[in-house]
Amino acid sequence: MANTNELKYSKSHEWVRYEGDEAYIGITDFAQSSMGDLVFVNLPEVDDEIEVGEALGDIESVKAVEDVLSPVSATVLEVNEELLDAPEAINEHPYDAWFVRVGNITETEELLDEEAYDKFVEEEA
Amino acid sequence: MGTFIPNTKEEQLKMLNEIGYADFDDLFKDIPAEARVQGELNLPKGKSEIEVSQIMEELASDNVVFDSIFRGAGAYNHYVPAAVDAIANKEEFLTAYTPYQAEISQGILQSIFEYQTMMCQLTDMDIANASMYDGASAAAEACAMTQDRKHSTIYVSDTVDKRILSVIKTYAFGKDSVVKTIPAAAGATDLAALKETLEADDKAACFLMQYPNFNGIIEDGDAIAEIVHGAGAQLIMSVNPIALGVLKTPGEIGADIVVAEGQPLGLGLAYGGPYLGILATTEKNMRKIVGRLVGETKDSQGERGFVLTLQAREQHIRREKAASNICSNEALCALKASIYLATIGPKGLKQVATLCTSKAHYLAEKFEEIGMKRAYEGEFFHEFVTTCPNADQLLDALEDNGILGGLKLSDTEILWCCTELNSKEDMDDVVEIAKEVFSA
Amino acid sequence: MKLIFERSMPGRGQDIFPECDVEIKLPQAALREKEAALPEISENEMGRHYTELAKASRGVNDGFYPLGSCTMKHNPRINEKMAALPGFTNIHPLQPEWSVYGACKAMEMLEHDLGEITGMDRITLQPAAGAQGEFTGLLLIKSYHESRGENQRKEIIIPDSAHGTNPASAAMAGFKVVVIKSNEKGMIDLDDLKAHLSEKTAGLMLTNPNTVGIFDDNIMEITRMVHEAGGLCYYDGANLNAVIGLVRPGDIGFDCIHLNLHKTFSTPHGGGGPGAGPVGCKDFLAEFMPGTYSKDDGFVRAEKSLGDMTGFHGNFLVCMKALTYLLTIGAEGVPELAKNAVLNANYMMEKLKDYYPMAYDHTCMHEFVMSLEKFHKESHVSALDVAKALLDYGIHPPTMYFPLIVDEALMVEPTETEAKEVLDEAIEAFIAIHKQMMESPESVMACPVTTPVRRLDEVSAARHPILKYTAE
Repeated sequence: MANTNELKYSKSHEWVRYEGDEAYIGITDFAQSSMGDLVFVNLPEVDDEIEVGEALGDIESVKAVEDVLSPVSATVLEVNEELLDAPEAINEHPYDAWFVRVGNITETEELLDEEAYDKFVEEEA
Repeated sequence: MGTFIPNTKEEQLKMLNEIGYADFDDLFKDIPAEARVQGELNLPKGKSEIEVSQIMEELASDNVVFDSIFRGAGAYNHYVPAAVDAIANKEEFLTAYTPYQAEISQGILQSIFEYQTMMCQLTDMDIANASMYDGASAAAEACAMTQDRKHSTIYVSDTVDKRILSVIKTYAFGKDSVVKTIPAAAGATDLAALKETLEADDKAACFLMQYPNFNGIIEDGDAIAEIVHGAGAQLIMSVNPIALGVLKTPGEIGADIVVAEGQPLGLGLAYGGPYLGILATTEKNMRKIVGRLVGETKDSQGERGFVLTLQAREQHIRREKAASNICSNEALCALKASIYLATIGPKGLKQVATLCTSKAHYLAEKFEEIGMKRAYEGEFFHEFVTTCPNADQLLDALEDNGILGGLKLSDTEILWCCTELNSKEDMDDVVEIAKEVFSA
Repeated sequence: MKLIFERSMPGRGQDIFPECDVEIKLPQAALREKEAALPEISENEMGRHYTELAKASRGVNDGFYPLGSCTMKHNPRINEKMAALPGFTNIHPLQPEWSVYGACKAMEMLEHDLGEITGMDRITLQPAAGAQGEFTGLLLIKSYHESRGENQRKEIIIPDSAHGTNPASAAMAGFKVVVIKSNEKGMIDLDDLKAHLSEKTAGLMLTNPNTVGIFDDNIMEITRMVHEAGGLCYYDGANLNAVIGLVRPGDIGFDCIHLNLHKTFSTPHGGGGPGAGPVGCKDFLAEFMPGTYSKDDGFVRAEKSLGDMTGFHGNFLVCMKALTYLLTIGAEGVPELAKNAVLNANYMMEKLKDYYPMAYDHTCMHEFVMSLEKFHKESHVSALDVAKALLDYGIHPPTMYFPLIVDEALMVEPTETEAKEVLDEAIEAFIAIHKQMMESPESVMACPVTTPVRRLDEVSAARHPILKYTAE
């Protein structure tokens, strides 16, 4: 499992894991548990340009759909196609179930570290 | 007059008082006076059931029900087996709401699942939805399904019914989409023009063809599919469901989306509605399909059951991002189509298609013998266009004899249609009348 | 229950079609290779199959059906009988006008009555359902602004309490959806409305009474503000049953509307359709109307018609049912519907409010919304659980989880065609479930136990969709 300590978090409940100039993006445990059982994800396409604060895709439960907002402006290098067939992976291992790998990051929103994010979630609840 | 309100005036007043209101004015006091209707509306007075029946029967009798009908052009005069209405009018089907509460709606959910299966069988496609409003609006929604950021232009063959084209254009006006038509040659889609146009447009989203087309001609689906797919667009086939009893299926041709006016499947003419929009597609388009879907699952005890599924695509969840706003559809008409297909079965489907096309070929031949030549040479199913010296003159003469002739396309062209309900004798009468009219 | 395909036996079937009386001739074109695997079944077996399905379905005659926002009123039998007259069912939509005088006259009568009821100058019967009616109305608004060169008016304002169809229709019509807040009384927040009005405003879509069952008493001010900003006002007629005959949308500032004939005008829902969604508008929009309308015993098309919504005249037979209903009810009966719909709702709300917290403590219109939020937090019993528990009392559950602005919402709409004793029984059932919730919340969560199937696994249905039967 990913070391959640090394991740950065957005206030809209996405996580970012940097690897050199690139980054992986997924959704947090809080996000998946408040949605409940996920049944589908919509992902962007490789080479798509994504913008800070804009939806890079969405997640569906039986009765709801939520946008996944991008914490960065970047280019999509790879999408995790395994999620298309097995969205339950997001419920089971949210910090391993990355949605996209991005590069050419030009802008990043202000992100929280784990401690600050946990505190933020507590206040939200 | 009746209002179907069970509670008497006295009971109403008692209920009002019981919950603390003096009268109805008191109950409605939140509505500002300036918003209220003053006095009574200018509507007729209420009437008893007998009086209402008399008025409606008189209106109905002011319409002419023709003994013999040779007009199609989007609405077809087929026999409706007795079982169709007898079963579909059961109150549990007729008066139920959309089956959102699965535990008490298994009957309706299962009937839709069976309908979806039959539509897949009929069209030879992977997935069918629970229905659309009619064939024309289904075509319009199918076009929108093929659009994305990279593909936006909608192409429609000139041989498609103008009524379908009109609805497609209306829907396209909403999204400011471009709709272009591909010209016809000899009554069918001009394949060279299609190829040239699609290849020159890297934004082509789809090409919609009609099968058989508005002129009755059976288009070369294989050739069209090759051109459309070669240009990176999707092929939408608007089909006649009865014709699929004998014709090569959209699945065999490689269509991406199939739409149809389901009216021929047991719905009657009904002056244009309610009809049934059929929409089927490939597995690949599963998440893009519009409208309701019923899926199989299990209950908490492991029993098979059915639920509305993939609902996150729909308006009540996805709101402004939904692919379509469709909510109410034509469920009862879909049920009628299922009962129709279950009644006639695979052999009946082939039989009715064979009857339609055989009779149309007979009539076309007879017309030919008296000099009313077919306008186009291509192969046809149960509709065909003939020329004649004067369309109005012939159609008037037929109407005088209780026959609704074909549809006038121009002063000298008529689109004819035959179904299993047109007997040889009726067809001979039509030809006889035509002979008289034009020899005089 | 077996599927109809599982009842099929090769070689069985029914004799419907005669021998061909002319030479058999198939077109010289590519023919179907694979026969459609339709059921092969006798009439008796088929009849039993559908009777079994009917028994596992629930119509209005099976009992109380208080689905909020759906107006599940009684569907009079006379409507069905009249719409089945051969003079209506056996006429071709492309028959010459002289041969459909009755149909034309009937449509004109219905157009007149709906115009009078709504205060609109022109009605089209072409839209096939409420959602398509909304789309039509929004296209009218779009046509209007474009005709005046005001193409920048791209925003449609919609309250957060609206039905999902409203934003979906606005998007289909090419508009940007601007959501405004509801205030603590469930009404439009006037300040928020003001803040969002601009030269970009194309219009406002409003349901009044709104989806929480409350009549917005600022309505005159709201429509005035929108008009002042250059926008138009669209009335979603989904909740007309609460005010029919008492308030006309056309008198309170609305420019166009749609109606759901399958709600207010008593035509049956058919398990999801067909309905009909006629659209009405004021004179200044009439030139853009789609389809044709009846005039002088014939049909004419509007001058700058925006096109067509359906292939022919819309859901004609559904319209004939609604006309039959209006002829029966008449001028004096129409307001009685609204009065009794509102009375029945308030009667239930008043008797239940000591047990279930109401989302808005206010006289309601034809429906009311309760919130199970408190119970959900305390004992995990949700709106869904209460809904499922009602099934065991033979009551169709209210609408769940709508409107979205109320947590754990249950929305109850009894309609005017329910007798007092039916309401009393339902009230008792709600109170009994409340007691059960207090004493044994787990038992509520296990409901229903008396239905043909128990709770269904919707998650696996969506993760691994099985959308058709495949023979093994």
